[in-house]
Amino acid sequence: MTLLAILAAGPATSLQDSGRFGWQRFGVGPAGAMDRASLGLANALVGNGPGAAAIEFALAGGRLKVEGGAARVALAGADCTLKIDGTAVPLFTSASARDGQTIEVGSARSGVFAYLAVAGGLAVPPTLGSISLHHRTGVGGLGGRSLRAGDRLPLLLAEPSGPERALPGAIQAQSGPIRVVIGPQEDYFTASAIATLVEQEYRISDQADRMGVRLTGPKLEHSAKGYNIVSDGIPTGAIQVPGNGMPLILLADRQTTGGYPKIATVIGADLPRLAQSRPGTKLRFKTVERPEAVRIAKAADQAERELFASIRSAGLASLDSSELLALNLVDGVVDARG
Amino acid sequence: MTPGDVRFLPCGDAAVTVEFGNAIDPAISARVLALDAAMNAERPAGLVETVPTYRSLMVQFDPLVFDYDAFVRGVTQLAPTLDPNPRPGRRWKVPVIYGGEFGIDLEATAERHGLTPTQLIDKHCAPVYRVYMIGFMPGFTYLGGLDPSIATPRRLDPRPHTPAGIISIGGIQALIGGQAMPSGWHILGQTPVRTFMAGREPAFLTAAGDEVVFVPTDASRWAELDRAAEAGEPVAELVAR
Repeated sequence: MTLLAILAAGPATSLQDSGRFGWQRFGVGPAGAMDRASLGLANALVGNGPGAAAIEFALAGGRLKVEGGAARVALAGADCTLKIDGTAVPLFTSASARDGQTIEVGSARSGVFAYLAVAGGLAVPPTLGSISLHHRTGVGGLGGRSLRAGDRLPLLLAEPSGPERALPGAIQAQSGPIRVVIGPQEDYFTASAIATLVEQEYRISDQADRMGVRLTGPKLEHSAKGYNIVSDGIPTGAIQVPGNGMPLILLADRQTTGGYPKIATVIGADLPRLAQSRPGTKLRFKTVERPEAVRIAKAADQAERELFASIRSAGLASLDSSELLALNLVDGVVDARG
Repeated sequence: MTPGDVRFLPCGDAAVTVEFGNAIDPAISARVLALDAAMNAERPAGLVETVPTYRSLMVQFDPLVFDYDAFVRGVTQLAPTLDPNPRPGRRWKVPVIYGGEFGIDLEATAERHGLTPTQLIDKHCAPVYRVYMIGFMPGFTYLGGLDPSIATPRRLDPRPHTPAGIISIGGIQALIGGQAMPSGWHILGQTPVRTFMAGREPAFLTAAGDEVVFVPTDASRWAELDRAAEAGEPVAELVAR
Protein backbone atom coordinates (compact mmCIF):
# COMPACT_ATOMS: atom_id res chain seq x y z
CA MET A 1 0.00 0.00 0.00
CA THR A 2 1.22 3.46 -0.84
CA LEU A 3 1.49 5.85 2.08
CA LEU A 4 2.05 9.55 2.48
CA ALA A 5 4.22 10.03 5.55
CA ILE A 6 4.00 13.48 7.09
CA LEU A 7 7.51 14.79 7.76
CA ALA A 8 6.45 18.29 8.83
CA ALA A 9 3.17 20.19 8.97
CA GLY A 10 1.86 23.43 10.40
CA PRO A 11 -0.38 23.21 13.48
CA ALA A 12 -3.68 23.59 11.61
CA THR A 13 -3.01 21.11 8.81
CA SER A 14 -5.96 18.74 8.52
CA LEU A 15 -7.92 16.40 6.31
CA GLN A 16 -10.95 18.04 4.71
CA ASP A 17 -13.52 16.97 2.17
CA SER A 18 -16.76 18.62 1.09
CA GLY A 19 -18.12 18.37 4.64
CA ARG A 20 -20.25 16.32 6.97
CA PHE A 21 -23.97 16.62 6.42
CA GLY A 22 -26.98 15.15 8.18
CA TRP A 23 -25.71 15.48 11.75
CA GLN A 24 -26.34 19.11 12.65
CA ARG A 25 -29.52 17.98 14.42
CA PHE A 26 -27.16 16.26 16.86
CA GLY A 27 -24.90 19.28 17.26
CA VAL A 28 -22.24 18.22 14.76
CA GLY A 29 -21.17 21.08 12.52
CA PRO A 30 -20.36 20.47 8.85
CA ALA A 31 -16.59 21.19 8.85
CA GLY A 32 -15.22 20.55 5.33
CA ALA A 33 -12.84 22.57 3.19
CA MET A 34 -12.85 26.30 3.94
CA ASP A 35 -12.42 26.93 0.20
CA ARG A 36 -14.59 24.34 -1.56
CA ALA A 37 -13.75 25.77 -4.98
CA SER A 38 -10.03 25.14 -4.52
CA LEU A 39 -10.64 21.70 -3.01
CA GLY A 40 -12.65 20.91 -6.15
CA LEU A 41 -9.95 22.19 -8.48
CA ALA A 42 -7.14 20.26 -6.74
CA ASN A 43 -9.24 17.12 -6.94
CA ALA A 44 -10.18 17.69 -10.59
CA LEU A 45 -6.48 18.02 -11.50
CA VAL A 46 -5.80 14.52 -10.17
CA GLY A 47 -9.01 13.06 -11.61
CA ASN A 48 -10.96 12.80 -8.33
CA GLY A 49 -14.53 13.86 -7.68
CA PRO A 50 -14.64 17.48 -6.44
CA GLY A 51 -15.53 16.64 -2.84
CA ALA A 52 -12.85 14.00 -2.14
CA ALA A 53 -10.75 14.43 1.00
CA ALA A 54 -7.50 16.34 0.62
CA ILE A 55 -4.90 17.79 2.95
CA GLU A 56 -5.78 21.36 3.92
CA PHE A 57 -2.79 23.56 4.75
CA ALA A 58 -3.43 26.78 6.64
CA LEU A 59 -0.74 29.44 6.02
CA ALA A 60 2.09 27.05 6.93
CA GLY A 61 3.18 24.47 4.40
CA GLY A 62 4.52 21.01 5.03
CA ARG A 63 6.62 18.11 3.79
CA LEU A 64 5.46 14.59 2.96
CA LYS A 65 7.30 11.51 1.84
CA VAL A 66 5.86 8.87 -0.47
CA GLU A 67 6.35 5.32 0.76
CA GLY A 68 5.61 1.96 -0.82
CA GLY A 69 4.42 3.15 -4.23
CA ALA A 70 3.86 6.34 -6.19
CA ALA A 71 1.43 9.20 -5.62
CA ARG A 72 0.01 11.80 -7.97
CA VAL A 73 -0.79 15.10 -6.32
CA ALA A 74 -2.05 18.56 -7.22
CA LEU A 75 -2.25 21.79 -5.25
CA ALA A 76 -4.82 24.60 -5.39
CA GLY A 77 -5.93 27.43 -3.15
CA ALA A 78 -3.57 29.80 -1.39
CA ASP A 79 -0.48 30.79 -3.35
CA CYS A 80 2.09 28.18 -2.31
CA THR A 81 4.91 26.46 -4.12
CA LEU A 82 4.74 22.71 -4.74
CA LYS A 83 8.03 20.86 -5.12
CA ILE A 84 8.92 17.22 -5.59
CA ASP A 85 12.45 16.46 -4.40
CA GLY A 86 13.22 20.14 -4.74
CA THR A 87 11.91 20.55 -8.29
CA ALA A 88 9.07 23.05 -8.62
CA VAL A 89 5.81 21.82 -10.14
CA PRO A 90 4.10 24.37 -12.43
CA LEU A 91 0.93 26.01 -11.11
CA PHE A 92 -2.31 24.00 -11.51
CA THR A 93 -0.55 20.92 -12.85
CA SER A 94 -0.56 17.45 -11.34
CA ALA A 95 2.73 15.75 -10.60
CA SER A 96 3.70 12.29 -9.47
CA ALA A 97 6.19 11.41 -6.76
CA ARG A 98 7.87 8.02 -6.63
CA ASP A 99 8.62 5.86 -3.64
CA GLY A 100 10.97 7.76 -1.35
CA GLN A 101 10.47 11.16 -2.94
CA THR A 102 9.51 14.19 -0.87
CA ILE A 103 6.57 16.45 -1.64
CA GLU A 104 6.98 19.94 -0.27
CA VAL A 105 4.23 22.54 0.03
CA GLY A 106 5.56 26.04 0.71
CA SER A 107 3.96 28.44 3.14
CA ALA A 108 1.27 30.67 1.67
CA ARG A 109 2.53 33.87 0.04
CA SER A 110 -1.04 35.08 -0.17
CA GLY A 111 -4.34 33.54 0.76
CA VAL A 112 -4.73 31.15 3.67
CA PHE A 113 -5.87 27.63 2.73
CA ALA A 114 -4.17 25.35 0.20
CA TYR A 115 -5.36 21.88 -0.80
CA LEU A 116 -3.14 18.97 -1.72
CA ALA A 117 -5.28 16.36 -3.46
CA VAL A 118 -4.03 12.83 -4.12
CA ALA A 119 -5.16 10.79 -7.13
CA GLY A 120 -7.58 8.07 -6.04
CA GLY A 121 -8.04 9.63 -2.61
CA LEU A 122 -7.11 8.76 0.95
CA ALA A 123 -7.89 5.43 2.62
CA VAL A 124 -8.90 7.09 5.89
CA PRO A 125 -12.12 5.85 7.50
CA PRO A 126 -14.85 8.50 7.61
CA THR A 127 -16.56 9.58 10.83
CA LEU A 128 -20.31 10.11 10.41
CA GLY A 129 -19.90 9.97 6.66
CA SER A 130 -17.00 12.39 6.24
CA ILE A 131 -13.24 12.53 6.70
CA SER A 132 -13.30 16.26 7.49
CA LEU A 133 -11.86 17.28 10.85
CA HIS A 134 -14.02 19.59 12.95
CA HIS A 135 -11.14 21.07 14.92
CA ARG A 136 -12.90 22.20 18.08
CA THR A 137 -14.90 19.04 18.68
CA GLY A 138 -12.38 16.49 17.41
CA VAL A 139 -14.88 14.83 15.10
CA GLY A 140 -13.29 13.30 11.98
CA GLY A 141 -9.80 13.80 10.60
CA LEU A 142 -7.08 11.35 11.46
CA GLY A 143 -8.07 10.08 14.90
CA GLY A 144 -9.97 13.29 15.66
CA ARG A 145 -7.02 15.65 15.32
CA SER A 146 -4.90 17.65 12.89
CA LEU A 147 -1.99 16.10 11.04
CA ARG A 148 1.50 16.07 12.50
CA ALA A 149 4.94 14.70 11.74
CA GLY A 150 4.94 10.94 11.96
CA ASP A 151 1.42 10.44 10.63
CA ARG A 152 1.06 8.08 7.69
CA LEU A 153 -1.87 8.44 5.32
CA PRO A 154 -2.72 5.30 3.35
CA LEU A 155 -3.77 5.93 -0.25
CA LEU A 156 -6.51 4.15 -2.15
CA LEU A 157 -4.39 3.99 -5.30
CA ALA A 158 -1.00 2.22 -5.30
CA GLU A 159 0.30 3.79 -8.53
CA PRO A 160 -1.11 6.60 -10.69
CA SER A 161 -1.75 5.90 -14.36
CA GLY A 162 -2.10 8.05 -17.48
CA PRO A 163 -0.58 11.45 -18.19
CA GLU A 164 -0.36 14.36 -15.78
CA ARG A 165 -3.11 16.94 -16.11
CA ALA A 166 -3.03 20.71 -16.12
CA LEU A 167 -5.28 23.71 -16.24
CA PRO A 168 -4.46 25.77 -19.32
CA GLY A 169 -4.22 29.45 -18.54
CA ALA A 170 -4.74 31.26 -15.31
CA ILE A 171 -7.73 31.61 -13.02
CA GLN A 172 -9.29 35.02 -12.93
CA ALA A 173 -9.27 36.47 -9.46
CA GLN A 174 -12.67 37.39 -8.13
CA SER A 175 -13.02 40.80 -6.56
CA GLY A 176 -15.67 43.23 -5.43
CA PRO A 177 -17.81 43.26 -2.33
CA ILE A 178 -18.78 40.11 -0.45
CA ARG A 179 -22.41 39.45 -1.30
CA VAL A 180 -24.92 38.76 1.46
CA VAL A 181 -28.62 38.04 1.78
CA ILE A 182 -30.12 40.08 4.62
CA GLY A 183 -31.57 37.98 7.46
CA PRO A 184 -32.47 35.75 9.24
CA GLN A 185 -32.74 38.26 12.15
CA GLU A 186 -32.62 41.67 10.48
CA ASP A 187 -35.47 42.74 12.79
CA TYR A 188 -32.97 42.67 15.69
CA PHE A 189 -31.04 45.53 14.08
CA THR A 190 -31.71 49.20 13.45
CA ALA A 191 -32.13 50.42 9.88
CA SER A 192 -28.88 52.30 10.31
CA ALA A 193 -27.08 49.08 11.29
CA ILE A 194 -28.11 47.47 8.01
CA ALA A 195 -27.06 50.60 6.11
CA THR A 196 -23.73 50.57 7.97
CA LEU A 197 -23.08 46.96 7.04
CA VAL A 198 -23.39 47.67 3.33
CA GLU A 199 -21.92 51.16 3.22
CA GLN A 200 -18.94 50.98 5.54
CA GLU A 201 -15.67 49.12 5.37
CA TYR A 202 -14.83 46.24 7.69
CA ARG A 203 -11.56 44.55 8.34
CA ILE A 204 -10.79 40.94 9.19
CA SER A 205 -9.34 40.88 12.69
CA ASP A 206 -6.64 38.59 14.05
CA GLN A 207 -9.40 36.38 15.45
CA ALA A 208 -9.95 34.34 12.34
CA ASP A 209 -9.91 30.59 12.05
CA ARG A 210 -11.93 27.71 10.67
CA MET A 211 -14.79 28.49 13.04
CA GLY A 212 -15.22 32.03 11.86
CA VAL A 213 -13.78 35.46 11.32
CA ARG A 214 -14.33 38.34 13.68
CA LEU A 215 -14.51 41.72 11.93
CA THR A 216 -13.56 45.15 13.15
CA GLY A 217 -15.26 48.28 11.93
CA PRO A 218 -18.27 50.42 12.74
CA LYS A 219 -20.47 48.96 15.45
CA LEU A 220 -23.77 47.41 14.31
CA GLU A 221 -26.54 48.60 16.56
CA HIS A 222 -29.20 46.19 17.76
CA SER A 223 -32.83 47.24 17.71
CA ALA A 224 -34.97 47.48 20.84
CA LYS A 225 -35.34 43.69 20.67
CA GLY A 226 -31.83 43.38 22.07
CA TYR A 227 -29.09 40.90 21.32
CA ASN A 228 -30.41 37.65 22.71
CA ILE A 229 -32.59 35.33 20.69
CA VAL A 230 -33.99 31.95 21.57
CA SER A 231 -31.19 29.81 20.08
CA ASP A 232 -31.78 28.74 16.50
CA GLY A 233 -29.87 27.15 13.64
CA ILE A 234 -26.77 28.80 12.18
CA PRO A 235 -26.17 28.61 8.42
CA THR A 236 -22.61 28.67 7.10
CA GLY A 237 -21.73 32.28 6.32
CA ALA A 238 -24.05 33.73 8.96
CA ILE A 239 -22.98 37.18 10.17
CA GLN A 240 -23.70 37.00 13.88
CA VAL A 241 -23.60 40.14 15.97
CA PRO A 242 -23.13 39.71 19.73
CA GLY A 243 -23.71 42.40 22.32
CA ASN A 244 -20.55 44.34 21.48
CA GLY A 245 -21.90 45.09 17.98
CA MET A 246 -18.88 43.60 16.17
CA PRO A 247 -19.82 41.11 13.46
CA LEU A 248 -18.53 37.53 13.43
CA ILE A 249 -18.92 35.48 10.24
CA LEU A 250 -19.40 31.80 11.05
CA LEU A 251 -17.70 29.33 8.74
CA ALA A 252 -17.02 25.60 8.32
CA ASP A 253 -16.19 24.75 11.95
CA ARG A 254 -19.05 26.81 13.37
CA GLN A 255 -21.33 25.61 16.14
CA THR A 256 -24.73 24.38 14.92
CA THR A 257 -26.96 26.71 16.94
CA GLY A 258 -26.55 30.02 18.69
CA GLY A 259 -28.33 32.70 20.65
CA TYR A 260 -27.06 35.91 19.01
CA PRO A 261 -28.99 37.54 16.18
CA LYS A 262 -27.66 37.15 12.64
CA ILE A 263 -27.95 40.24 10.47
CA ALA A 264 -27.13 38.63 7.11
CA THR A 265 -25.65 35.53 5.46
CA VAL A 266 -22.76 35.45 3.01
CA ILE A 267 -23.76 33.63 -0.20
CA GLY A 268 -22.07 30.32 -0.96
CA ALA A 269 -20.21 31.61 -4.03
CA ASP A 270 -18.34 34.19 -1.94
CA LEU A 271 -17.39 31.93 0.98
CA PRO A 272 -14.15 30.68 -0.63
CA ARG A 273 -12.90 34.23 -1.22
CA LEU A 274 -13.81 35.20 2.32
CA ALA A 275 -12.04 32.15 3.75
CA GLN A 276 -8.88 33.01 1.81
CA SER A 277 -8.79 36.59 3.16
CA ARG A 278 -6.14 37.16 5.78
CA PRO A 279 -6.41 39.21 8.96
CA GLY A 280 -6.16 42.87 8.00
CA THR A 281 -8.02 42.41 4.71
CA LYS A 282 -10.59 45.15 4.11
CA LEU A 283 -14.07 43.97 3.20
CA ARG A 284 -17.17 45.56 1.85
CA PHE A 285 -20.56 43.92 1.73
CA LYS A 286 -23.31 44.13 -0.85
CA THR A 287 -26.83 42.83 -0.42
CA VAL A 288 -28.50 40.62 -2.97
CA GLU A 289 -32.04 39.26 -2.89
CA ARG A 290 -32.42 35.53 -2.37
CA PRO A 291 -33.41 34.72 -6.01
CA GLU A 292 -30.39 36.65 -7.24
CA ALA A 293 -28.20 34.65 -4.83
CA VAL A 294 -29.53 31.45 -6.37
CA ARG A 295 -28.75 32.74 -9.88
CA ILE A 296 -25.20 33.53 -8.73
CA ALA A 297 -24.87 30.00 -7.28
CA LYS A 298 -25.98 28.49 -10.58
CA ALA A 299 -23.58 30.67 -12.57
CA ALA A 300 -20.73 29.73 -10.23
CA ASP A 301 -21.54 26.06 -10.64
CA GLN A 302 -21.60 26.41 -14.43
CA ALA A 303 -18.27 28.25 -14.41
CA GLU A 304 -16.75 25.57 -12.21
CA ARG A 305 -17.92 22.82 -14.58
CA GLU A 306 -16.36 24.67 -17.51
CA LEU A 307 -13.16 25.16 -15.59
CA PHE A 308 -12.89 21.48 -14.76
CA ALA A 309 -13.78 20.54 -18.33
CA SER A 310 -10.88 22.66 -19.59
CA ILE A 311 -8.31 20.54 -17.76
CA ARG A 312 -6.05 18.88 -20.32
CA SER A 313 -3.25 16.39 -20.38
CA ALA A 314 -0.14 18.31 -19.40
CA GLY A 315 2.34 19.22 -22.11
CA LEU A 316 -0.20 19.32 -24.94
CA ALA A 317 0.07 22.86 -26.27
CA SER A 318 -3.21 22.88 -28.14
CA LEU A 319 -5.22 25.67 -26.62
CA ASP A 320 -7.42 27.51 -28.99
CA SER A 321 -8.90 30.90 -28.34
CA SER A 322 -12.38 29.57 -27.54
CA GLU A 323 -10.95 27.55 -24.66
CA LEU A 324 -9.16 30.61 -23.36
CA LEU A 325 -12.33 32.65 -23.58
CA ALA A 326 -14.22 30.01 -21.65
CA LEU A 327 -11.79 30.44 -18.80
CA ASN A 328 -12.66 34.08 -18.36
CA LEU A 329 -16.13 33.56 -16.94
CA VAL A 330 -15.17 32.23 -13.60
CA ASP A 331 -17.60 34.02 -11.36
CA GLY A 332 -17.45 32.10 -8.13
CA VAL A 333 -14.23 30.30 -8.81
CA VAL A 334 -11.61 32.02 -6.92
CA ASP A 335 -8.04 32.87 -7.31
CA ALA A 336 -7.08 32.57 -3.71
CA ARG A 337 -3.97 34.60 -4.30
CA GLY A 338 -6.05 37.76 -4.80
CA MET B 1 -48.65 35.90 14.69
CA THR B 2 -51.79 33.83 14.93
CA PRO B 3 -51.46 30.11 15.58
CA GLY B 4 -50.66 28.38 12.33
CA ASP B 5 -48.58 31.25 10.98
CA VAL B 6 -44.99 30.64 10.11
CA ARG B 7 -42.22 33.00 9.09
CA PHE B 8 -39.61 32.15 6.48
CA LEU B 9 -36.30 33.71 7.49
CA PRO B 10 -33.77 33.77 4.65
CA CYS B 11 -30.36 32.27 5.48
CA GLY B 12 -28.35 33.02 2.35
CA ASP B 13 -28.78 30.97 -0.81
CA ALA B 14 -28.64 27.49 0.75
CA ALA B 15 -30.87 27.59 3.83
CA VAL B 16 -34.06 29.00 5.28
CA THR B 17 -35.36 29.02 8.82
CA VAL B 18 -39.05 28.27 9.29
CA GLU B 19 -40.01 30.01 12.51
CA PHE B 20 -43.11 29.06 14.49
CA GLY B 21 -42.84 31.52 17.35
CA ASN B 22 -40.47 33.27 19.66
CA ALA B 23 -40.74 31.30 22.88
CA ILE B 24 -39.54 28.13 24.54
CA ASP B 25 -42.87 26.39 24.48
CA PRO B 26 -43.94 22.74 24.15
CA ALA B 27 -46.61 23.46 21.52
CA ILE B 28 -44.18 25.41 19.33
CA SER B 29 -41.57 22.68 19.71
CA ALA B 30 -44.12 20.03 18.78
CA ARG B 31 -44.95 21.86 15.55
CA VAL B 32 -41.24 22.26 14.73
CA LEU B 33 -40.73 18.54 15.18
CA ALA B 34 -43.86 17.70 13.17
CA LEU B 35 -42.55 19.75 10.23
CA ASP B 36 -39.13 18.15 10.68
CA ALA B 37 -40.69 14.69 10.43
CA ALA B 38 -42.74 15.70 7.38
CA MET B 39 -39.70 17.13 5.58
CA ASN B 40 -37.63 14.04 6.22
CA ALA B 41 -40.46 11.75 5.14
CA GLU B 42 -40.98 13.66 1.92
CA ARG B 43 -37.27 14.48 1.22
CA PRO B 44 -37.89 17.11 -1.49
CA ALA B 45 -35.24 17.22 -4.22
CA GLY B 46 -32.16 19.15 -3.12
CA LEU B 47 -32.84 18.87 0.62
CA VAL B 48 -29.51 18.54 2.49
CA GLU B 49 -30.60 18.43 6.11
CA THR B 50 -32.94 19.92 8.67
CA VAL B 51 -31.98 21.31 12.07
CA PRO B 52 -34.81 21.44 14.62
CA THR B 53 -34.37 24.02 17.40
CA TYR B 54 -36.65 25.38 20.13
CA ARG B 55 -38.93 27.37 17.90
CA SER B 56 -37.83 26.89 14.34
CA LEU B 57 -36.61 24.43 11.75
CA MET B 58 -33.58 25.37 9.69
CA VAL B 59 -33.77 23.71 6.30
CA GLN B 60 -30.51 23.44 4.36
CA PHE B 61 -30.58 22.69 0.66
CA ASP B 62 -28.66 22.67 -2.58
CA PRO B 63 -29.70 25.93 -4.28
CA LEU B 64 -29.02 24.40 -7.70
CA VAL B 65 -31.82 21.88 -7.24
CA PHE B 66 -34.20 22.94 -4.46
CA ASP B 67 -37.53 24.48 -5.50
CA TYR B 68 -37.75 27.20 -2.87
CA ASP B 69 -41.07 28.66 -3.97
CA ALA B 70 -42.76 25.25 -3.96
CA PHE B 71 -41.30 24.64 -0.51
CA VAL B 72 -42.74 27.90 0.85
CA ARG B 73 -46.15 27.15 -0.65
CA GLY B 74 -46.12 23.61 0.74
CA VAL B 75 -45.08 24.61 4.26
CA THR B 76 -47.55 27.50 4.34
CA GLN B 77 -50.34 25.04 3.55
CA LEU B 78 -49.05 22.40 5.92
CA ALA B 79 -48.35 24.71 8.88
CA PRO B 80 -51.92 25.04 10.25
CA THR B 81 -52.28 21.26 10.26
CA LEU B 82 -49.12 20.57 12.29
CA ASP B 83 -50.05 19.02 15.63
CA PRO B 84 -49.15 21.27 18.60
CA ASN B 85 -49.45 18.35 21.00
CA PRO B 86 -46.04 16.88 21.75
CA ARG B 87 -45.82 13.28 20.65
CA PRO B 88 -44.71 10.94 23.41
CA GLY B 89 -41.01 10.46 22.90
CA ARG B 90 -38.53 7.93 24.17
CA ARG B 91 -37.84 8.41 27.86
CA TRP B 92 -34.27 8.24 29.19
CA LYS B 93 -33.25 7.76 32.83
CA VAL B 94 -29.97 9.58 33.21
CA PRO B 95 -27.81 8.95 36.29
CA VAL B 96 -26.43 12.14 37.86
CA ILE B 97 -23.82 12.55 40.58
CA TYR B 98 -24.85 15.80 42.27
CA GLY B 99 -22.66 18.21 44.18
CA GLY B 100 -19.08 18.03 45.39
CA GLU B 101 -16.45 17.93 42.68
CA PHE B 102 -19.16 16.80 40.22
CA GLY B 103 -21.47 19.75 40.81
CA ILE B 104 -19.38 22.69 41.91
CA ASP B 105 -22.28 25.18 41.84
CA LEU B 106 -24.81 23.05 43.73
CA GLU B 107 -24.33 24.65 47.15
CA ALA B 108 -24.17 28.24 45.94
CA THR B 109 -27.20 27.76 43.71
CA ALA B 110 -29.17 26.16 46.56
CA GLU B 111 -28.24 29.02 48.88
CA ARG B 112 -29.28 31.57 46.27
CA HIS B 113 -32.79 30.04 46.24
CA GLY B 114 -32.95 29.58 50.02
CA LEU B 115 -32.80 25.80 49.69
CA THR B 116 -30.61 23.08 51.10
CA PRO B 117 -28.55 21.20 48.48
CA THR B 118 -30.83 18.19 48.96
CA GLN B 119 -33.93 20.30 48.34
CA LEU B 120 -32.37 21.69 45.16
CA ILE B 121 -31.51 18.17 43.96
CA ASP B 122 -35.10 17.10 44.65
CA LYS B 123 -36.44 20.01 42.62
CA HIS B 124 -33.98 19.40 39.79
CA CYS B 125 -34.73 15.70 39.42
CA ALA B 126 -38.50 15.89 39.92
CA PRO B 127 -39.69 16.85 36.41
CA VAL B 128 -39.91 14.79 33.26
CA TYR B 129 -37.86 17.03 30.97
CA ARG B 130 -38.38 17.31 27.27
CA VAL B 131 -35.49 17.49 24.80
CA TYR B 132 -36.10 20.64 22.78
CA MET B 133 -32.96 20.44 20.73
CA ILE B 134 -29.45 19.11 20.42
CA GLY B 135 -27.22 21.96 19.45
CA PHE B 136 -24.12 24.07 19.77
CA MET B 137 -21.73 21.12 19.96
CA PRO B 138 -22.17 17.35 19.51
CA GLY B 139 -24.69 15.84 21.93
CA PHE B 140 -25.48 19.05 23.86
CA THR B 141 -29.00 18.26 25.01
CA TYR B 142 -31.18 21.29 25.75
CA LEU B 143 -34.09 20.51 28.05
CA GLY B 144 -37.36 22.23 28.86
CA GLY B 145 -39.34 21.63 32.02
CA LEU B 146 -37.13 23.11 34.72
CA ASP B 147 -39.01 24.06 37.91
CA PRO B 148 -39.31 27.87 37.49
CA SER B 149 -38.61 28.36 41.20
CA ILE B 150 -34.97 27.30 40.60
CA ALA B 151 -34.44 29.22 37.35
CA THR B 152 -31.06 30.92 37.70
CA PRO B 153 -29.59 33.64 35.46
CA ARG B 154 -26.35 32.62 33.76
CA ARG B 155 -23.05 33.42 35.40
CA LEU B 156 -21.55 36.81 34.59
CA ASP B 157 -18.12 35.21 34.19
CA PRO B 158 -18.38 32.05 32.09
CA ARG B 159 -15.85 29.37 33.00
CA PRO B 160 -13.33 28.79 30.23
CA HIS B 161 -13.37 25.05 30.85
CA THR B 162 -16.01 22.67 32.19
CA PRO B 163 -15.79 18.89 31.94
CA ALA B 164 -17.79 16.59 29.67
CA GLY B 165 -21.24 15.50 30.80
CA ILE B 166 -22.08 18.44 33.04
CA ILE B 167 -25.64 18.72 34.29
CA SER B 168 -26.34 22.41 34.50
CA ILE B 169 -29.04 25.05 34.51
CA GLY B 170 -29.07 28.50 32.89
CA GLY B 171 -32.11 30.74 33.09
CA ILE B 172 -35.17 28.50 32.67
CA GLN B 173 -33.22 25.91 30.68
CA ALA B 174 -31.53 22.71 31.76
CA LEU B 175 -28.70 20.99 29.92
CA ILE B 176 -26.93 17.68 29.57
CA GLY B 177 -23.48 18.66 28.38
CA GLY B 178 -21.56 16.74 25.76
CA GLN B 179 -17.86 17.38 25.47
CA ALA B 180 -15.76 19.64 27.68
CA MET B 181 -16.46 23.31 26.89
CA PRO B 182 -16.57 26.84 28.22
CA SER B 183 -19.86 27.44 30.07
CA GLY B 184 -21.67 30.19 31.91
CA TRP B 185 -24.28 27.83 33.30
CA HIS B 186 -24.54 26.62 36.90
CA ILE B 187 -23.16 23.12 37.31
CA LEU B 188 -25.28 20.99 39.65
CA GLY B 189 -23.81 17.63 38.79
CA GLN B 190 -22.23 15.41 36.20
CA THR B 191 -23.34 12.32 34.32
CA PRO B 192 -21.09 9.56 33.02
CA VAL B 193 -23.48 9.24 30.06
CA ARG B 194 -21.87 10.10 26.72
CA THR B 195 -24.69 11.65 24.73
CA PHE B 196 -22.28 11.46 21.78
CA MET B 197 -19.59 8.90 21.12
CA ALA B 198 -18.18 8.54 17.60
CA GLY B 199 -17.93 4.89 16.63
CA ARG B 200 -20.58 3.73 19.11
CA GLU B 201 -23.85 2.43 17.70
CA PRO B 202 -25.81 4.62 18.00
CA ALA B 203 -23.33 7.51 18.10
CA PHE B 204 -26.01 9.76 19.64
CA LEU B 205 -28.38 8.81 22.43
CA THR B 206 -30.73 11.75 22.83
CA ALA B 207 -32.77 13.38 20.08
CA ALA B 208 -35.19 16.31 19.96
CA GLY B 209 -38.59 15.11 21.18
CA ASP B 210 -37.19 12.62 23.72
CA GLU B 211 -37.90 12.84 27.45
CA VAL B 212 -35.33 12.80 30.23
CA VAL B 213 -35.55 11.96 33.93
CA PHE B 214 -32.54 12.55 36.19
CA VAL B 215 -31.70 9.87 38.74
CA PRO B 216 -29.52 10.98 41.68
CA THR B 217 -26.68 8.53 41.93
CA ASP B 218 -24.06 8.02 44.62
CA ALA B 219 -20.59 9.35 43.88
CA SER B 220 -19.15 5.93 44.76
CA ARG B 221 -20.63 4.59 41.50
CA TRP B 222 -18.91 7.16 39.26
CA ALA B 223 -15.84 5.10 38.40
CA GLU B 224 -17.84 2.01 37.50
CA LEU B 225 -20.41 3.88 35.39
CA ASP B 226 -17.78 6.03 33.73
CA ARG B 227 -15.82 2.92 32.69
CA ALA B 228 -18.96 1.33 31.28
CA ALA B 229 -19.78 4.49 29.34
CA GLU B 230 -16.23 4.72 28.01
CA ALA B 231 -16.57 1.12 26.83
CA GLY B 232 -19.63 2.10 24.79
CA GLU B 233 -22.47 1.26 27.17
CA PRO B 234 -25.31 3.80 27.06
CA VAL B 235 -25.46 3.92 30.92
CA ALA B 236 -28.60 5.99 30.40
CA GLU B 237 -31.56 3.66 30.58
CA LEU B 238 -34.41 3.68 28.09
CA VAL B 239 -37.66 3.39 30.05
CA ALA B 240 -40.22 0.97 28.70
CA ARG B 241 -43.48 2.83 27.97
